[in-house]
Amino acid sequence: MNLYQENILDHYQHPRNKRVMKKADIRRREPNPVCGDDIEIFIKLRNGKVAEAQFEGNGCAISMAAASMLTEELIGKTPKVILKMNQKSMVQLLGVDPGTARISCATLALKATQNGLIASLNKTNKRHSKKGK
Amino acid sequence: MINAEHVRNDFPILNKKKQGQRFVYLDSAASSQKPMSVIESMSNYYKETHSNVHRGLYDASVEATRLYEESRKKLARFANSQPEEMIFTRNATESLNLVARSLGDQLITKDDCVLTTYLEHHSNLVPWQLLVQRKKARLVAARITREGTLDMADFEKKLDEQPKLVAITLCSNVTGTLPDIKKMVMKAHQQGAVVVVDGAQGVPHMEVDVKSMGMDFMAITGHKMLGPTGIGALYGKKEWLENMPPFLGGGDMIKEVKIQQSTWNDLPFKFEAGTPNISGAIGLGTAIDYLNDLGMHQVRDHEKKLFKHAYGALSERGMTVYGPSDADEKSGIIAFNIEGLHSHDIASILNERNIAIRAGHHCAQPLVNALGAVAMARASFYVYNTEDDIDQMVLALSHAQRILGKSK
Repeated sequence: MNLYQENILDHYQHPRNKRVMKKADIRRREPNPVCGDDIEIFIKLRNGKVAEAQFEGNGCAISMAAASMLTEELIGKTPKVILKMNQKSMVQLLGVDPGTARISCATLALKATQNGLIASLNKTNKRHSKKGK
Repeated sequence: MINAEHVRNDFPILNKKKQGQRFVYLDSAASSQKPMSVIESMSNYYKETHSNVHRGLYDASVEATRLYEESRKKLARFANSQPEEMIFTRNATESLNLVARSLGDQLITKDDCVLTTYLEHHSNLVPWQLLVQRKKARLVAARITREGTLDMADFEKKLDEQPKLVAITLCSNVTGTLPDIKKMVMKAHQQGAVVVVDGAQGVPHMEVDVKSMGMDFMAITGHKMLGPTGIGALYGKKEWLENMPPFLGGGDMIKEVKIQQSTWNDLPFKFEAGTPNISGAIGLGTAIDYLNDLGMHQVRDHEKKLFKHAYGALSERGMTVYGPSDADEKSGIIAFNIEGLHSHDIASILNERNIAIRAGHHCAQPLVNALGAVAMARASFYVYNTEDDIDQMVLALSHAQRILGKSK
């Protein structure tokens, strides 16, 4: 199947939520050294769920469309649910399997999001354990 | 003149169709395709004379040894060296690592300088990085000009730092740039440096004479010159090779072995430990026969013609082409970008039309960055490519621009 489906081109040409967030709870940059793609994810949490998600960066149509779609998908989800997302979730979002050669483009934004969440959870845990002492 | 339509027929893979479209292969700088004669010489060896080399006392082993050594002679003649100066390796990367380990570890000491250039493939950069890290020495790189040629003035300035070793490429795998090796070798020798040349990208595409060029070492790979993967070679001047310690230890590289110590075999066997890639060497020998039949001058002329054709078409359409624009200064490689389009998208869309090009940083990140890019598309040509291949690519590029263009 053709990789450049209408929905992918639409998100690439008219990306949603593509701007820098000033006061983000979670902020994470993730470059892909293989192709030079570079994505930064910004997330604001409210009551343990994602209230706002934005991204900034440069990259190919697949990575940009995936990031745009992901920022819409994240809204209302808890970190626990987001950390369970995987390659399959991104293929479902895109509606087409980009194949092994391009899968890293499709998952870059998710990787940024998950690494950002993990880093933030680790920080919170450390703070809690310090308080415990 | 090479009749590429005719040559194509010798390459079975190029006649494989996808949805009626013939395979347009424009990625020979990554790896070339193989003619039927190469494939057959390897399968014939396995079918008829397979056995180990340099030890058997029976016919099959004698014949395998003869074929293996015949290939070494062919390669030596191809580059104008002596057979004992031609060591079979896995690939150019291994050849460069052999020099870095065996010679580099002896030659380089603390605070010494190793000089390389911004044109290099990672394989002619990382082994030297590892060497200077081991020895607490310094790595210096000669800059490139805005056009993507080597900055000779900067190279000469850096030679004043008296490097003990200079590592340069015969041909850039990104821009196709052909540095003036003969002149660089001469200048480096005047400063007393050993010169190691990465011939992976140059040797398949032009006549190379190690004697007149004067380099001390040159790395060669088989799979970019119509040969199989897993076979390469290191050319080294006898004076150097004789005084270098072995790289890998094991069978075949020894003369006499006792429990505590051994003596080393003669050249080139001292550097070929273990059972070698016999079928690979035989395939490479057949590839050299094929190239010799075409004639390396003809190969070079054919690629110049294709480059001119491609350069005209891409620059006419406003695409950014990297590297020299004069076909005499470069080999048959064209790296380019289309404004607003990512090279990976370009390559994917071309793939839908059965056209293979490369996209990304081409294992030469410092060079790609020095040219002001993070990634580029690259088409590279060889003996089986036609002007029609390039026309097909140009059509597909316009198609990619229409699909991905943001002017809506």
